[in-house]
Amino acid sequence: MRRLLLLALLVPVACAVVGAAQAHQAGTTVNLVAYSTPKPVMQKLISRFGYTSAGNGVSFSQSYGPSGSQARAIAAGQPASIAFLSTGLDIDTIADAGLVGKNWNKAPYSGIAADSVVAFVVRPGNPKHIHGWNDLVKSGVQVVTPNPFSSGSAKWNVLAAYGAARKSGMSDHQAVQFVTKLFKHVVSQDTSGSNAANTFFSGKGDVLITYESEAYSAFAAGKQGKLIVPKPTMLIELPMVALKDAPSAAKAFIAYAHAPKQQAIFAANGYRPVVKSVLKRPNLASWAKKYKTGPTFNIRDRLFGGWLKANRVWFDQNTGRMVGIERVVGG
Amino acid sequence: MEASAARAPHVRPREAARAGGRASTAISVGIISTFLTVVVVLPIAALVWESHKSGADAFWQAVSNPLAVSALKLTFGAAFIVVLINIVFGTVTAWVLVRDDFPGRSIVNAVIDLPFALPTIVAGLTLLALYGPRSPIGIDVAYTRTAIVLALCFVTLPFVVRTVQPVLLELDTEMEEAARSLGARQTTVFRRIVLPNLLPGILSGAVLALARALGEIGSLVLIAGNIPGHTQVVSVYVLNQIESGDPSGAAAVAVVLLGASFVLLLAVGALRFFVTRYERG
Amino acid sequence: MAKRLGLRAVALGYLLVILLAPLVMIFYRTFENGLKPVWDALSDPNTVHAFKITLIATAIAVPVNTVFGVLCALAIVRRRFRGKGLLNAFIDLPLALSPVVVGLALFLLYGRTGWFGTWFADHGIQVLFALPAIVLATIFVSVPFVAREVIPTLRELGNEQEQAAATLGATRWQRFWRITLPSIRWAVIYGVVLTTARCLGEYGAVAVVSGRVEGQTETATLRVEDYTLNFNTSGAYAVSVVLAATAVLVLVLMTLIKPREAV
Repeated sequence: MRRLLLLALLVPVACAVVGAAQAHQAGTTVNLVAYSTPKPVMQKLISRFGYTSAGNGVSFSQSYGPSGSQARAIAAGQPASIAFLSTGLDIDTIADAGLVGKNWNKAPYSGIAADSVVAFVVRPGNPKHIHGWNDLVKSGVQVVTPNPFSSGSAKWNVLAAYGAARKSGMSDHQAVQFVTKLFKHVVSQDTSGSNAANTFFSGKGDVLITYESEAYSAFAAGKQGKLIVPKPTMLIELPMVALKDAPSAAKAFIAYAHAPKQQAIFAANGYRPVVKSVLKRPNLASWAKKYKTGPTFNIRDRLFGGWLKANRVWFDQNTGRMVGIERVVGG
Repeated sequence: MEASAARAPHVRPREAARAGGRASTAISVGIISTFLTVVVVLPIAALVWESHKSGADAFWQAVSNPLAVSALKLTFGAAFIVVLINIVFGTVTAWVLVRDDFPGRSIVNAVIDLPFALPTIVAGLTLLALYGPRSPIGIDVAYTRTAIVLALCFVTLPFVVRTVQPVLLELDTEMEEAARSLGARQTTVFRRIVLPNLLPGILSGAVLALARALGEIGSLVLIAGNIPGHTQVVSVYVLNQIESGDPSGAAAVAVVLLGASFVLLLAVGALRFFVTRYERG
Repeated sequence: MAKRLGLRAVALGYLLVILLAPLVMIFYRTFENGLKPVWDALSDPNTVHAFKITLIATAIAVPVNTVFGVLCALAIVRRRFRGKGLLNAFIDLPLALSPVVVGLALFLLYGRTGWFGTWFADHGIQVLFALPAIVLATIFVSVPFVAREVIPTLRELGNEQEQAAATLGATRWQRFWRITLPSIRWAVIYGVVLTTARCLGEYGAVAVVSGRVEGQTETATLRVEDYTLNFNTSGAYAVSVVLAATAVLVLVLMTLIKPREAV
């Protein structure tokens, strides 16, 4: 019995030692901290990068998680060389912590590695005949979208809805009313985009508002649905940025990700490349067709004035427009 | 005889032993307090400090937000219901597992803790699959308040069962048999002899269940719907605040929840004290 | 007799709805697509490493919380000191904190701009986004269980046997080992089992503070989230089933330990 106690006391100590002895890599390490979806693409890019001269001998650590959480983790000290997140706002969080230059979007391609668009996923066969934004507020349509306060990616959805309403001729007031009406149709406000996707694919709701790239990932994994890209829709720009004290291999990797071959990999995985010429490649013909979906507007549009302004106007937790909308909906 | 022994006043120890007892009490309490301080008190202190960082006005504004208030009401309401359900069904389950014998009892006993060992996401996914839109048994309660209660019952299941079981196992059955042999009915025996002895165990489990129900997020988040003002619990509301870059506001609401929980825990502790005192009385 | 069957029906009915049906569902979902995705998920080196991290964190947290729990229970039930009620309430508080809030608190303490963040950084110790934070979070969320299990049993038992032994000359240590510990063994067993289960299944707080670095700081529960995010349900359930089975294994092992003095 006494021996058992000794064992019980030694076990935690032994484990602490083992845990602490997690070997640290020698040589250059690039720490990639990314949002959740691009894992398959990044794994391909990283393994290919290892065969280049710039990538020779470079080891990568990879972390994938919700974009906002990753940004906050980096700001709180998570070792990171490259941040690949789903909104410019999250990069601004890291910039505010002084870990990335405030002029990060002056880098090549404005710091963006790939694009996507706000899109809908509906049930196979589109039984409720949803083709555009107005169909979302038809009677009986149930919408699934994450809560924009807990999900950075959901902010795109709200801004897209407002933007589409304005582009169709509505005034500011009418467009806000439209967004309110939309949220009255929301049957589940999940805390993240992936939870929302799970909700939808578990059978709830008629339409999921999500990124086009997430939809393609889901379909590739066997989920059943049909992608509808509404006209117009919002362009989602996915920033990939090197942190201030990152090794030079990090910048090399980002440059590598912008090279045509790698942009082609993005394109073949459901992401719209920022190097548009890549879509002319014959083996990407079917993807090029899929991406020809109509007009888009982006965050720099007059309607929004960039992320900082849009975030303040819409998502400030006391004065943001979304607060008022949630109160009306929750009323 | 056993009964009176259990109720006998403590034998007065020798003087030397008493002095040694005081010293070792001090050491014990010292070790416990240090551990608790580092592990529990420090994080809570950090939260309280963060919640007041922007001043009392900001604290009040964060806490009196109608959506926050609604989330608090929903969370406490659901937690109370879940605790009551656990007290009744948990005690019955513990009773059946200890005093009854049926084929498969040891298997059932072994799986009681499973809701705990499962990552809460899987708990949520499973409940959604079972009691959601594609339910194989035709029950769809997802995205309603019922779903919240259901998920909470799932993750608090082991508590009352596991705190009552050891007490039942150590319970001396002589008193019950004596009472029965004197003609008391089973319900009277239960009410007057067994239940008072089980009460500390039940209350312990209830307290654990209450605490967990107040703080739970993972298993709820897929099935509750999280509509602010309707099906959004405090943990989800606080998550939103953190994600929106307002850690102070989040900390404020969390501190209010903590404070209320603390008061409740103190109250249950006092209740337990008075009940056992009455017993010894 | 009818009462006995009635009680049994009530208990089993409740368990069926709340526990057994979900368990069956989990097993079904795990093997729905055959054995291959299950095997692929479990043999992935990142998953194996994640299990290792979970086991390390659990193997540290469980003994620590067990010792704490037993000490606490003995102090609360057997000793007199001021602040007992406060201590009693404080033990349960960690449970009432939502895991996101636990993560926030740990950020506030050990983050780059946290209370102790700079001290640790200056001394080259990585707390957050490494094993120490995972262990801290795991300990935090499983603090109360052993104490809460042992306290009611200790109260029920009273201490006349120890008193008798004391008058017969037994030392404090002997009294603890030979009388107290065996008499609370079921409470300790269930406390350890609950603590272990909680440590294995901890997700929320660890998700915030671990950094989620594949092959380094991912725990098994984070692997489950990873599989869920990539729509690999079989993989997610496979890892969860292993976690659940480990908890059951711990229960079985603990009930097999027979103390030297049977009480």
